[in-house]
Parts: sequence; C-alpha cells; structure tokens
Amino acid sequence: MLKINDLHASVEDKAILRGINLHVKPGEVHAIMGPNGSGKSTLASVVAGKEEYEVQSGEILLDGENIDELSAEERAHKGVFLSFQYPVEIPGVSVTNFMKTAINETRKAQGLKEMPANEMLKMIRQKSELLEIDRKFLSRSLNEGFSGGEKKRNEIFQMAMLEPKLAILDETDSGLDIDALRIVANGVNKLKSEDNAVIVITHYQRLLDYIVPDFVHVLYEGRIVKSGTKELAHELEAKGYDWIKEEVGV
Amino acid sequence: MSKVATKHNDLKDKLVSSFLAFEETVDIDSPIHDIRIEAIKAFENQGFPTKRMEAWKYTSLNSILKHNYSVFPKVENALEYPKVKKYFVHDIDSYKIVFVDGKYSSHLSETTHDGIDVCLMSAALTKPKYRLVIDKYFNKVAEKDGMASLNTAFSNEGAYIHIPKNKVVAKPIQIIHFATGSESALMLQPRNLIVAEENSHVQIIERHQSLTENPVLTNSVTEIFANKRAIVDYYKLQNDKESASLIDNTYVSQKQESVARVHTFSFGGKLTRNNLNYYQNGERIDSTLKGVTIIGNKQHVDHHTLVHHIEPNCESHQDYKGIYGDAATGVFNGKVIVEKEAQKTNAFQANNNILLSDKSSINTKPQLEIFADDVKCSHGCTIGQLDESALFYMRSRGIPEKEARALLMYAFSNDVLETVKIPELKQRVTKLIAQKLGVNIGFDL
Repeated sequence: MLKINDLHASVEDKAILRGINLHVKPGEVHAIMGPNGSGKSTLASVVAGKEEYEVQSGEILLDGENIDELSAEERAHKGVFLSFQYPVEIPGVSVTNFMKTAINETRKAQGLKEMPANEMLKMIRQKSELLEIDRKFLSRSLNEGFSGGEKKRNEIFQMAMLEPKLAILDETDSGLDIDALRIVANGVNKLKSEDNAVIVITHYQRLLDYIVPDFVHVLYEGRIVKSGTKELAHELEAKGYDWIKEEVGV
Repeated sequence: MSKVATKHNDLKDKLVSSFLAFEETVDIDSPIHDIRIEAIKAFENQGFPTKRMEAWKYTSLNSILKHNYSVFPKVENALEYPKVKKYFVHDIDSYKIVFVDGKYSSHLSETTHDGIDVCLMSAALTKPKYRLVIDKYFNKVAEKDGMASLNTAFSNEGAYIHIPKNKVVAKPIQIIHFATGSESALMLQPRNLIVAEENSHVQIIERHQSLTENPVLTNSVTEIFANKRAIVDYYKLQNDKESASLIDNTYVSQKQESVARVHTFSFGGKLTRNNLNYYQNGERIDSTLKGVTIIGNKQHVDHHTLVHHIEPNCESHQDYKGIYGDAATGVFNGKVIVEKEAQKTNAFQANNNILLSDKSSINTKPQLEIFADDVKCSHGCTIGQLDESALFYMRSRGIPEKEARALLMYAFSNDVLETVKIPELKQRVTKLIAQKLGVNIGFDL
C-alpha cells in the first residue's frame, strides 16, 4: 500500500529525513518510535503533503502511484489520513459542518454525489458513539477550547468518518489519560481491517499495548536505524534509546 | 485652482443650481422647505468632503464626483418583478417599498397603513396627518455636514415607517432602490425616516441595486428613532455593481431601554462609505453595530461609526470584520464618546481584518473619548492573514484549498451573522459570502 523509497526531505534547507525506507502492506500496523527531533512528525507531514517540507529525492508510492506531487487534499481523497499531534483550533466551524464539508468534498473528488443529510447524521451518530463523544460536542467549534484528550478523540472520530486507507497517528497518545487512551485505541482497533493500514508514531510503548503493531521501527537522525516486532518496543521502553545509538554507531 | 477642486465644484454648482428646478416640484410653503433651504446653504458652504478633512482622510470622492450625474431622471422606468426578484429576500412574506431611479414603483411595492405606516416619504412630507410625526422627528438627528445637508436639501422621497406603541411588526420591511441606467450617470438621494414608538418592534432590510454599468452615486440619509423599550433591527445589504457608489448616512437616536441593531454587509460597489451614528438618550440602552466586508478588485469600503454614550448604564457592541483581496482598500474608524454622566457604560469595539494580497490595505482607527470614570470600554483591532496551519489541517481532511480558505473566511465572519434574526436573510447573506468567495459550499448545517 505505502512504499517509501530512500526519502530525503528538508525544511528551510535543513535536512530532516535522510533516506527513509518503509513498506506498509494492507492490514498491517506499523509503529515508528524514536527520540525527540528524530524526524517522526516530519515523516508524517511529508506523507500527508505539507508544503513547507521539500522532498529532495526518493519517492512516496501509494498503491504504486507516486504521490509526491499531489496536494494535501488530493492525498486525502486517495485515502491518506493524518491524525495531528497538535490539532488546529478553527473557531466558527462546527465539528459537524467541518466533517460534512470534508466528506462531501472527498466524494466530489471521487465523482460521487453528496451524501444525503440523513445518512450523514446517522454516520455521525454511529461514529461519535464509537469514540464515546457527547453529541453536544459536535456543534462546538472545531477543537476550540477542547481539552487535549477531546482533541485527540476528535481526530480519531474524523478518521472514523473519513474511513481512510492509510492512517498516520502522530503522537495520538500524548496528553491522554488512561481512559481516553483506551477509548482512542479501541476506536482505532474497530476501524482496522484487511484493507487499510495504520502507522502509529509514538514516544512510548504505552499506546502499543492497546494498538498492537506488526512492526516497530526506530527513527534516529532522519533514518530508520532498526526494525523489529512489538518486542522491540518493550526493549526501548526498558532500556531507552541510548543502546540503539551505540548499536548503530552514532 | 486644482483640477480636482474643479471637478468637485462642477458637480457642486450643478447641484446648487438644480435646487431651483427642484423647488418647482415641491411645496415651497411647507415648513419642510425651510429646512431644505437651510440645508442647501450648508452644502454650498461646505461642499463635498475632501481628504484634507480628518474624517475623510482615507476616502477620496474624486473618482466618483467626476461624472456628469443627472439629478432628476427624465423618464420613469418600469421593472418587471421576475427580472429583479433575486434582489429581494423573496422567500419571506414582507412589506416592500421599492424605488426605480428614485421614483416610487407601486407595482413592485407592498405598503400598508393597517395599524402601522409603511409608505412613502413624499406622502409623509406633504399630508397633514403625518405632520406631528414629521415635525417631531424629521431632520432631528441627521448631521449638518456636507453630504447629509445635500441629502436634506433634496429630501423628498424614500421610505417612511412609523410603528405605533406596543406594535410588533410581524413581517420584515424591505426598502430597495434600483437604478436602471437609462441615464448615462445618475445621482440618487433617498431619505428614510423610521420611528419605532414605545415597546414596538420592527425589522428592516435595505438594499441599493444598480442594474447598469453606468455610474450611479447614491447619497442616502436614514434617521431611526427607537423610543422607550423599542427594538429595531436594521440590515443593510450592500452588494452593488462596481459602477455604483454609496454614501450612506444613518443616524440612530435611542430612548431608554431600547435596542437598536444595525448589520451592514458590504460585498460590492465601487466606493461605499457608511456613516453610522448612534445617540443614546436614556438609560439601559443597547446599541449594536456589526458589519462584514468582503471586497476585491479596486473596491473601497469605509465604515465610520460613532456611539455617543450620554446617560448611565448603557451598552454598545461594535463588531466589524473585513476581508480584502486584490487591490481593495478598507477603512474602519470607530468613535466612542462616553460623557461624564454616562457612568457604568459598557462599550465594546472590535475590528478584525484579513488581507489576502500584498496590494490590499486597511486603515483602522479606534477613537475613544471617555469622560466618565466608572466604565468598561474595550477596543481591539487586528490585521492578519489566513492561518496556514489551519489551512493545512483542513486540506489534509480533503477540503480543497479554495474551499478551505472560504470556510476559514466564513468562520471569521460568523460572529456577525449570529445576531441576524431573519433566517432567510442569514441564508441569503451566507450564499452571497460563498458567491463572493467563489465557492459552492453550504456553510450552514
């Protein structure tokens, strides 16, 4: 589904990603871990199409198609979803109105008709129940005045609504208490299928107890320096990142 | 003498000499005519405002005063309703006072004398039964500056609305002025008087619409009186062609516990100047002034507001949002005066602007003169661009850039729409905003 080959990317002439290789197949969950400043969030933003990042070389293939030249919205229309580490507050746009616009613009791009209002409302009801989101919440301005946990739950709610092929969760666990973490993870697990894939970016192993990865990668200084299975995450939790640095000789 | 001054004077001379011709069409023995004669003298003395005047520093009338305007249209023009239906808020039951090239159009209008008076200024100024109201209110709150005086001098036609005590008007009143373009350039001077007596409630929608590419200049004066506990909602829909300019002078005089809200939606026109003055003559008054301006090309919109807090325990709320693209220019000058007696005043003012291009500009100036010591007065103005991180966030959810920008701009102006009390009007304004932003999305859900 997603193939990243030797990806180099920079922001304002500062090289951040220095040769990323990653292969994600449908039905898989990948975790990307690594210390602060290793390039995790950059990788997420580059795949989602943030324009400030410049791809110098390498390619990002989604189902075999190079998406490097596509805009953020075109990537979204092809099924890429990024759950933001810091969801942006948008005063004046309600959660419902935002979702309605996002879904209908995506459908428009896919040559489909707008979703009928009753169908939309039904879907909103189902998915908000899944994330245990209060209905009153949906008429509030997007992310405005939301607590950290509410913001993250709202991100996964949007994921549930948009049903992406590839979901990248950028530090979705940060700022979550254990209950919220469970709700969010439960939501992600319920949305998992044989046809979609999830990339979980996290500092800590905690989230991976709930969203169990098939593969764990360690990102360091813009490169994936080690890959393994979920045991690698436990090892990182126990030993920290220093042994990796030693092992890879940096 | 400079060339510009000559242009000003050409039109000024023409107007002053036209006054003699105008006198042949009105009753010169009426006391109203003494007011007109005073006014033409005032105009002759003051002339048109220039950029040398502080209040007109950022708005030059030069480009619109150069035309050879007809002051009296020669022919009467009829308009068929289907052709102009779109300029009405047509999906509601309403009273309508409609003018075509300054002349009353009876077949487009729906006036009434059933319990309330929704009719013509020309009738009110001449018929004895309106004499008491006219004597008490006509030209009592309008300013005596050049533009208002010019209007007063030629005041003859417009809307006259009188709502008696305790009357709640069930349907909104629409005042629409059309210009057809049968004249190569046309100047209009509508004059409106709105009197809401004690404990009455009225909603009014006003629109000036040119149907031509020929230049049209409208110099309008509206006097609004909200008596004790009256509620007046006044909506100005400004979406005219870019060949049309408007100088709107609206004066609101309020008595105790009254509420007067004026919403101004400025999406069109070549040059629009909104002079909106409030005078609070009583306690516990609520004054609301709100506006959304969305313009592009070389359009210019200037909001000059004044709230005069004269008595204690009153409130005023000003909220103006502006979005300027291309080489559009905007002005906001919000003056608040709090007199020494006006203790416990709560005056709020905000002016927020988004500039979409390097060539667009906004001059914004809060002007507070506070003589009381126990008051709450806040003001704030911002000028910024659209939030790039919000744009990326929305785009990453599949909302294309243009639509994402539009949604952000709509959200930015949403505060102003919240207080629009007529749902159909709100929907109309929302549609106009989408149109103005070039997108086809429903903002409301």
